[in-house]
Amino acid sequence: MIPSAGPLQPGVNVARRRRLQRLREAFIAWVLRACAFSAVAGLLLIMVFVFREALPIFTSAETQREANFLGFFTVPNWQPVSDVPKYGLVPLLVGTFKIVFVAMAFAVPVAVLAALFASEFASPRLREILKPAIELLAGIPSVVLGFFGLMVLASWLQSVTGAPVRLNAFNAGIALSLGILPTTFSVCEDALRAVPKSYREASLALGASRWQTAWRVTLPAASAGVAAAILLGLARATGETMIVLMASGNAALGTASVFDSARTLSATIAAELAEVVVGSPHYSVLFFLGALLFLITFVVNVAAGLLVDRLRRRLAGA
Amino acid sequence: MKFVRTALLVAFAALACAAVATAGRGITVKGSDTMVILGQRWAEQYMNKNAGQIVQVTGGGSGTGIAALINGTTDICQSSRPMKQDEKLKLRDRYQTMGVEIPVAKDGLSVFLNEANPVKELTIDQLKQIYTGAVTNWKQVGGKDATIILYGRENSSGTYGFFKDNVLLGRDFAASCQTLPGTAAVVNAVSRDPNGIGYGGAAYTKGVRDCAVRKDAKSAAIMPTAATVHDGSYPLTRYLYFYLRKPAQGDVKKFIDWVLSPAGQKLAVEVGYYPLK
Repeated sequence: MIPSAGPLQPGVNVARRRRLQRLREAFIAWVLRACAFSAVAGLLLIMVFVFREALPIFTSAETQREANFLGFFTVPNWQPVSDVPKYGLVPLLVGTFKIVFVAMAFAVPVAVLAALFASEFASPRLREILKPAIELLAGIPSVVLGFFGLMVLASWLQSVTGAPVRLNAFNAGIALSLGILPTTFSVCEDALRAVPKSYREASLALGASRWQTAWRVTLPAASAGVAAAILLGLARATGETMIVLMASGNAALGTASVFDSARTLSATIAAELAEVVVGSPHYSVLFFLGALLFLITFVVNVAAGLLVDRLRRRLAGA
Repeated sequence: MKFVRTALLVAFAALACAAVATAGRGITVKGSDTMVILGQRWAEQYMNKNAGQIVQVTGGGSGTGIAALINGTTDICQSSRPMKQDEKLKLRDRYQTMGVEIPVAKDGLSVFLNEANPVKELTIDQLKQIYTGAVTNWKQVGGKDATIILYGRENSSGTYGFFKDNVLLGRDFAASCQTLPGTAAVVNAVSRDPNGIGYGGAAYTKGVRDCAVRKDAKSAAIMPTAATVHDGSYPLTRYLYFYLRKPAQGDVKKFIDWVLSPAGQKLAVEVGYYPLK
C-alpha cells in the first residue's frame, strides 16, 4: 500500500521519501524486466528441447538406420508403426499444404472484406457489435470447431460437393478457416484503422466515392498490415492441431485432390507422440516434425513483423 | 478491483486445495481408450460401496497408459493389448520388476459396417485384403459397386495393434485408411458413411452393424455375441488387462479384488464386455 504521507517536513524527510520512491520504481522495473525475459527464456528452452530431441536424426547412426534426412523426402509413405517403419514426410507436407491452402482461400477474402467493411463502412455502433462478435469466434476452443467439422460440416459438405470421402482436406480446411478468421480479421482491421484520416478526406475531396476510397486508397495504404494479418493467419493455420486432427480423416495420402483425406504435421505429432518410446527413432522424427513446424511458424511470424514495421514507417514518413 | 483480486485469490486457493486433496490419496487408473467407460463404471460403483475411496480413471490409449506406468504417474494401467517386450524391459530397468499382468475381462473386436451395407460376413483374409488396400471395392467381397472407405484407430491405440497383429498379420495398413481418435469416432464415421468399414471394441456397436467374421473360407461365419466371445469361437477375441508395477497391496489390491469379484465382472457384462469365467 502507499505509505501515508505525514505532515510535510522539509529537508531530510523529503530526501528519504524520494530515495524510497526511486528504490521502489527500480524494483518494479526489475520485476517487469524479469517477466519479459522469462517469456523469452521459456521460448528458448522449448526451442532447445525440441531441437535437441530431434538431433539423433543427424548424429545417431542407430536412429539413422531407421530414419534419415534423405529418407524423409524419398520414402513415399508415412507408416511409423510397422515391421519396417517408413518415415516419408511428403504425404504429411502435402496434407498440411492442402488443408492450409483451403483454409486460407476461404478465410482471407472473408476476413479482409469484413475488416474493410468494419473500418470503412460500418457505423460506429455497428462496428462496436461486429468487431467483438468476430473476435469472440477466437474464444471458441478449437476442439469444438473440430467436433463441428467432424459431425455437422462433413456430412453437409459431402452432400454438396459429392466427395467420395466424408472426412477430407476440404472439410478440415473449411473448419480451420473459422479458426483463423478472427486473428486475420482483427489485425487487418487495426491496420486499416491506422491509415490516417487525411488519406480518406483527400480522396473524398477529389470526388472519389466511398467504395473507391476504401478499395483504391485505404486498402493499398494498409497493404503491408493486411499482408501481415494474412501471414499471422497462415502461421496459426499451419500449427493448428485439434481441428485438423478431428476433421481431416488423417490418412497420410500424398494426392493432389483436396477431396481426399489428409494428414498434417501437427495432427501427426498430436496423435502419435503419446505412444512412442522415449528416445526411439519414431520419437526423434516426431520432434523433427515439431522443429519443422517451429521453423515454418517462426519464418512466417518474422515476415509478418517486418511487414508491420514497414507499414508503420510508411504511414509515419510518407 | 480489490474484490476481483480477492475473488481470484480465493478461487485459486480453492483449486489448489482441491488438487492437493485429490492427489494426496486415491488410486489412479490410466490407459486404453477402449476400457475408459468400463474403468469408470467400475470406479463409480466401487466408490459408492466403499465410502472414502477415490479411484480416478482416464484414457489416452494403451501405450500412453503403459508409458505412465513406467514413468510412475499412474497406479494401475488399463491396456487392451499385452505389454511389449521393450516396455517390460523399461519397467525392469526402473523398478526391478517385470510388472504384474492381470486379465480383467474379455472383449470381442467388432468389424463395423453401415446399416445400409448388404455385406453380411467377411473372412479374416478378406479383412486383411481390405485393410491392406488389396481389395478396394465392395463388389469384390459380395457388395455393391462402391469404393470401400477404411476407418481405423491411431497407431497409439491397443486396438490398432491388435488388429494389425491378428488380422493384417503384421502387414501395413493401406495409406488411405483414415485414423480417428477413439472407437466412438470410428463408429460415428461408419454410421454416416454407407461405404465405410471400421473396427473397435464390441461394446461400442450403436448405429452401425456388426459384421460376422469367418476364420477362413471353410469355417462358419460367427457374430460377436456373449457366447461366441466367451468360448473363443469368435475369431477376434482378446483379453483386457490391468498392469501394475508390483504385486497389489492395500487399497489397490482391494479395488482389483472387487473388479475380479462376481459384482465387478457383472458390471463388465453390463457395459458390453465379457466375463473372464
